Amino acid sequence: MLKAPYVTGYLTEHFADDAFGTLEGYLERGGYQAARKALREMTPEAVIELVKGSGLQGRGGAGFGTGLKWSFMPKGSDKPKYLVCNADESEPGSFKDRLLMERGPHQMLEGILIAAWATGASKTFIYIRGEYAFPADQVERAVAEAYAKGYLGKNVMKTGFAHDVVVQRGAGAYICGEETGLLESLEGKKGQPRKKPPFPAQYGAFGMPTTVNNVETFSHVPHILKKGAEWFRGFGTEKSPGTTIFGVSGHVARPGLYELPLGTRLDEIVFEHAGGVPGGRKLKGVIPGGMSMPILPAGQLDVPMANEFLRERKTMLGTGGIMVMDETTCMVRVACVISYFFRDESCGQCTQCREGTGWMNKIIERIERGAGEEADLGILLDVAAKMEGQTICAFSDAAAWPVQGLLRHFRGDFEAHVREHKCPFPESFEL
Amino acid sequence: MVISAASREKIALEIAKYPKPRGALLPALHLVHAEHGHVSPEAARELAQIFEIRPFEVMEVVSFYNMFFATPQPRHQVRVCTNLPCSLRGARDLLHRLEAHLGVHAGGATADGRIRIGHEECLGACAYAPMMRVDHQYHEDLDVERAKRILDALD
Ligand SMILES: Cc1cc2nc3c(=O)[nH]c(=O)nc-3n(C[C@H](O)[C@H](O)[C@H](O)COP(=O)(O)O)c2cc1C
Ligand code: SF4
Ligand code: FES
Repeated sequence: MLKAPYVTGYLTEHFADDAFGTLEGYLERGGYQAARKALREMTPEAVIELVKGSGLQGRGGAGFGTGLKWSFMPKGSDKPKYLVCNADESEPGSFKDRLLMERGPHQMLEGILIAAWATGASKTFIYIRGEYAFPADQVERAVAEAYAKGYLGKNVMKTGFAHDVVVQRGAGAYICGEETGLLESLEGKKGQPRKKPPFPAQYGAFGMPTTVNNVETFSHVPHILKKGAEWFRGFGTEKSPGTTIFGVSGHVARPGLYELPLGTRLDEIVFEHAGGVPGGRKLKGVIPGGMSMPILPAGQLDVPMANEFLRERKTMLGTGGIMVMDETTCMVRVACVISYFFRDESCGQCTQCREGTGWMNKIIERIERGAGEEADLGILLDVAAKMEGQTICAFSDAAAWPVQGLLRHFRGDFEAHVREHKCPFPESFEL
Repeated sequence: MVISAASREKIALEIAKYPKPRGALLPALHLVHAEHGHVSPEAARELAQIFEIRPFEVMEVVSFYNMFFATPQPRHQVRVCTNLPCSLRGARDLLHRLEAHLGVHAGGATADGRIRIGHEECLGACAYAPMMRVDHQYHEDLDVERAKRILDALD
């Protein structure tokens, strides 16, 4: 089981306490009061308005307004409606959803129940990446406890509302985190993303109206119901309210999880919370939001971790997975690892993505070996540009951005490889 | 019949949870793996019958996912994460030493049919690097000696 975060907030304050993962322990700490309030005292519209008013944005990577997304679900339709909880968490550098499932499965379930009431969904599919066997066991146990207590099933909390939860385990494919790839996988198919439109709210799981939200997104919801939109807006920035759980990894003294308000400065997280780079070495660069997000060089860490500020530096919050690299790090090797990952995980439907990820990886590996040419840098940027905005899903963009970021800030590393016909960073991590 | 009666019962329970039977195909494939470690042509035919699809449709799904296998597997799957955060903390060195310890290259299996070792992409344990997955269990904050002991203890 994951250690509780070094810094906790409302999501994680009880995470050091094993009992919080059980229904009994959760109830003792005020659990399920928010769901009871929503189902007994609030209309679905009122719940949606409250969540809209809180400004909660999806924590799965794209940052879409959660209340607004819920409002897209058709009303009064006679088709069954579904929710999907995206627990595929496979963006490299991210491990917060695992924590939320291992230590707070009922918090997530309560959020799901509230969302189900708000959207009129009769069933939720929780899709958990296949490698997360232990977190999935915890979620399944929590679901069974909730059924036994009458918090799920035909008559939720004796209100007449019916809701079922089905847990499905994935089987190892990054692309199943993309919401329509996930839907295909849920239906027992290859996880190849669908063309949009139609969007999931019209045509989702098994062809029915569906809302997809991330594990963390659901986990915030009970707190908003209980304490209100104003309270929630007391954390974070005006445009990005609430806390999030940052995962810090790589060359830091205290790698781990930190629940902090959105808008906390990146240098504060890296140096103060995570203890900075160990061994007296200097910092070289930081990827701020999971592998898909462009890197920032050491001099640009004075930025609040919220999309409105990160965008000015041509990067984004993504999943809040912060990867720290010290001065020994060869950025061409970093590019090798990143481009290999995307080449390996492309689902292959779109030419730009399938061929582009392959070419980028091949060229970058050639440069690392010392066999690259000056012209290769231009070719890389050209390939990356052609991969953006033209494919079925955003994976292709996500593959292009980090390479563009590395070339924007560390072009010198690439040029040195070409000039010296070898990797000039002997101290760098091994490939 | 290669899929046992017990697994068939569990598959039927899974099917009942979904609006369309095929939703239970991944759960069914997990059950077949728990029983046999891979999906043989025979198992694929039986699954195809249960789900009223064609065997090649079953195998198409099997081949898409890293955790499903179409051929018999060694008793244990060992995967060292080599994505960036783990590589920054020595994962490649760990993998190379474990390869040497077992006498096989990543992707290969030991001759005694005990272990297949390979690398894997991020497993959601980045702060606890280097790490490896042994079947369904994570081992985190590894050093080479402890990792070797874990492998040596496998049956
Ligand atoms: C390539 C790709 C991978 C993704 N992986 C995940 C993932 O592992 N988990 C997740 O919650 N969202 C992931 N997303 C985002 C989802 O498509 C979707 O936007 C999200 O689950 C919506 O939930 P939210 O609004 O609560 O953030 C991914 C998107 C792309 C393009
Ligand atoms: S962009 Fe890439 S991952 Fe997405 S659908 Fe196209 S080929 Fe598949
Ligand atoms: S990079 Fe190895 S677990 Fe994330």
